[in-house]
Formats: sequence, structure tokens, C-alpha cells
Amino acid sequence: MKPARFRYFAPTTIEEVVSLLAEYGDESKLLAGGQSLVPLMNIRLSQPAVLIDLNRVTALDYVTKEDDRLEIGALTRHRAVAESKLVQERFPAAAQAAGHIGYPAIRNRGTIGGTLAHADPVAEMPCIAVLNDCEIVATSSSGSRTIRASDFFHGYFTTSLEPTEFVSSVRFTSRPASHGWGFSEFARKSGDFALSAAAVDVIFDGGAVTQVSIAIAGASDRPVRAPLTEAALVGTTLSRSEIEQAVSNLSSELDPPSDAHASSDFRTHLAQIMTERALLAAAQSER
Amino acid sequence: MSDSGSEKAVIRLQVNGRELEGVAEPRRLLSDFIRHDLGMTGTHVGCEHGVCGACTILLDGDAVRSCLMFAVQAEGSVITTIEGLGQTRDDMDVIQRAFWESHGLQCGFCTPGMVLATKDLLERTPMPTDDQIREGLAGNMCRCTGYVFIVKAVKAAAEELNARASVDG
Repeated sequence: MKPARFRYFAPTTIEEVVSLLAEYGDESKLLAGGQSLVPLMNIRLSQPAVLIDLNRVTALDYVTKEDDRLEIGALTRHRAVAESKLVQERFPAAAQAAGHIGYPAIRNRGTIGGTLAHADPVAEMPCIAVLNDCEIVATSSSGSRTIRASDFFHGYFTTSLEPTEFVSSVRFTSRPASHGWGFSEFARKSGDFALSAAAVDVIFDGGAVTQVSIAIAGASDRPVRAPLTEAALVGTTLSRSEIEQAVSNLSSELDPPSDAHASSDFRTHLAQIMTERALLAAAQSER
Repeated sequence: MSDSGSEKAVIRLQVNGRELEGVAEPRRLLSDFIRHDLGMTGTHVGCEHGVCGACTILLDGDAVRSCLMFAVQAEGSVITTIEGLGQTRDDMDVIQRAFWESHGLQCGFCTPGMVLATKDLLERTPMPTDDQIREGLAGNMCRCTGYVFIVKAVKAAAEELNARASVDG
């Protein structure tokens, strides 16, 4: 259980990262927190010829706000996201979801850019990314472009990143004061990979719902939205019976794959329960 | 930019208060570097893919899995391993003593990781509830005792540390 040999680079600036990517592209892997990549390398499922370590690029580790935008640098650790006052104020669902990732020791190393680029369909932050269709900033030697989360995730561990690009930051739109939110996750043990997770974001106007987003992980090869259920909840007051009614039809827009961990039916069932719990939490948020 | 290629590189770091150095290829895991190159075998290696928590160390004060880092990444960092706490029965750390007195171990394989994960937990949450302890140590597997006595040990350590803090304060 030792990784195969690789060439190791430890750039300290973004310019050095993109020039290394331009040179090595496909044969290289970026090392961020390493909490997914290094296990794969240890069991030799991944054998990159070149490893580009981002951990000394301190310019990628930040949380900032500008107008209604909340921007998180790619190298920001999950623990920092979970504990950030700025994230808790401006996008609380992201802070809560980050606190669900793995174990404390995993959150001390794992990064937001890393988990987005890894694109595990049951991971928490990709689910949060599609919730309000955030912008993912991809940088290469020819500059930066923003990719909507809805265009970013292509399937199991697959994204729209080019081999010479890397995720440099994530931009969320700050949530208004009159918003409700919830995040709920089911894993067989605390910190284990989730079987299912749901995040919701609700905008209220005088007690009535004017806008709903629901994002679900573990129901497809990528995190998905539930547009029919979202539409059904607009105009309601998010009472328990209205939530139960809407969620009972969620199965019509989900078709999860069966795998060794759970059958399609069980995943659908879990998605319904997680969505219901997240909506109930959103209903109790201050408005 | 440092490019050590695939050749061995000198790695300098502070371990348990001592400035140390070793030589390793980039693929050398930090856990193996600590054990084989620095000769400190208190850091245990169980699963080698981030599941069991036996290799937990403190890196710049935070609990991390040393099997999920390369030694070259630790260049310039400050590390605490279990050897950095008490070494003998008489100079045991509060957490070590609490594990001993509460029977929080049987074979001891998971204990170095448990103790260091507990250190991280208690620094951030000085008086944790049982649920917070279980959550905080969820990434550390014990296959002997079950977790009841481990939770008891962590609680005892928290109480002792808080009692000392209030005396000092």
C-alpha cells in the first residue's frame, strides 16, 4: 500500500500552478487536501506521473465578500468553511454542510476546491454548489472563466474542467435575510460517506414561499435539483402537510442507480426523508 | 518553486519540539517517514487510506491523518506525535492518564490516534457532551473495547483540564 513514483512540484503562486498545468496537463494531478486523492494513490487506483501540490499557494486560501457575493478560495479547508462567520451569515447551508464532511481530521485538510473538482456524487459541497447554481472559477494559463455548477458536474468524478485548468475559487450569491435553509444527510455512521443528502434554500415574502431550491446528493451520478417539487412548494407557507404532500411526489423526478450500498428504491426513500427534514428545518428558520 | 522531481529530498521539520530532518522520496507517506526515517513508532499505521485514524498526529496544532500526506508536504511544519506527550508512567499527559485510569484502551493500537484526536477536540470544545465526543472521535476506530470507556476517558480528561484551568485562572 504505497503510492507509485511521481514527480513532485510545490508551486507557491497561481502563475506557477497554471504553467505547470500547461506543461503536464493530462499526466498530472493537483494535490489539494489529499483526503480523496491520496487514498486512491495509496491503493494505486491513481498513479499520476506528476503531482502538483497546491498547499503552498496561500493566495488560494480565503473567504471574502463583495456586495452580495461570497467568494471562497479553492484551498480553504472544510473546517474553515464550517467555522467562518462570513459563510455562516451569508450562506449558512454551506457552513453546515461543510461540518458534515468526513471527520474532524479530514476537515482539517480537505478543501472546497478539491471536493468540487473530485465530483463525488454523494459529496456535500457539490450538492451545495448546485443548490443556488453557484459559479465555479476555473483558471488556466490563458486566464479564468466561470462555470455554473449546473454545467460543471458531468457524472461520477467527472467535471467540465479542461486538463490545463484548475478550480481556483467558488462564488456564491449571499442569501437574503428573509431566507430559510436546511441541510440533512444520512450516513451509516457519523462521518462516513453519505448515502443521501439534501440541501434546501427558500425565499419568503410575508410568510409565503416565493422561491425554492432543492439539491439532492446520492440520487444520481451527480448532485441534482428537483424542479417539480420546487415548483409545487411555491406559494405555500411551508407547513408540515404542504411539505409532506410535495415530497411524496419527489420520486417522480428521481431515478437513482442501485449499487452495493443501496437499492434505487432505498435511495429514493432516503432522498424523500432528507428533503423533508431539510424543508422542515427551512420552515423553522427566521423569516 | 521547489521541484524535487522524483528524487529524494531533505525534509526539515519540528517534531515534538525538536528540529529534525530526514531524506525521502516524494511518495514517502508522512506516517512512514515518522516511523521509518525518524524512528518514532508511536504513530500507528492501520488502514493506510484514511479510514481508521490510528496514524493521527497534530500538524501545526490540528489533528490530521499522517497516511494521507506526503512527507515532503510537512517541510517546515510543526508536528506533535504521541511521543510528544508523556513518555513514562510518571509524566503522562492528562489525556493519557485519563485513558489509563478509565480503561479507555485494551490492545492500544488505536490509542495514539485516539489521544491526539482527543487533544484536538478538547482544545476546540473544552467541555464536550457525549455526542460531541462520539462525533469528534468518529474517525478513530477501536476494535477492542467498544467506545463506552473511551468516551468516559475523554470526559474525565476534560474535567481534569477544566479543573486545572480554573485553578490556574
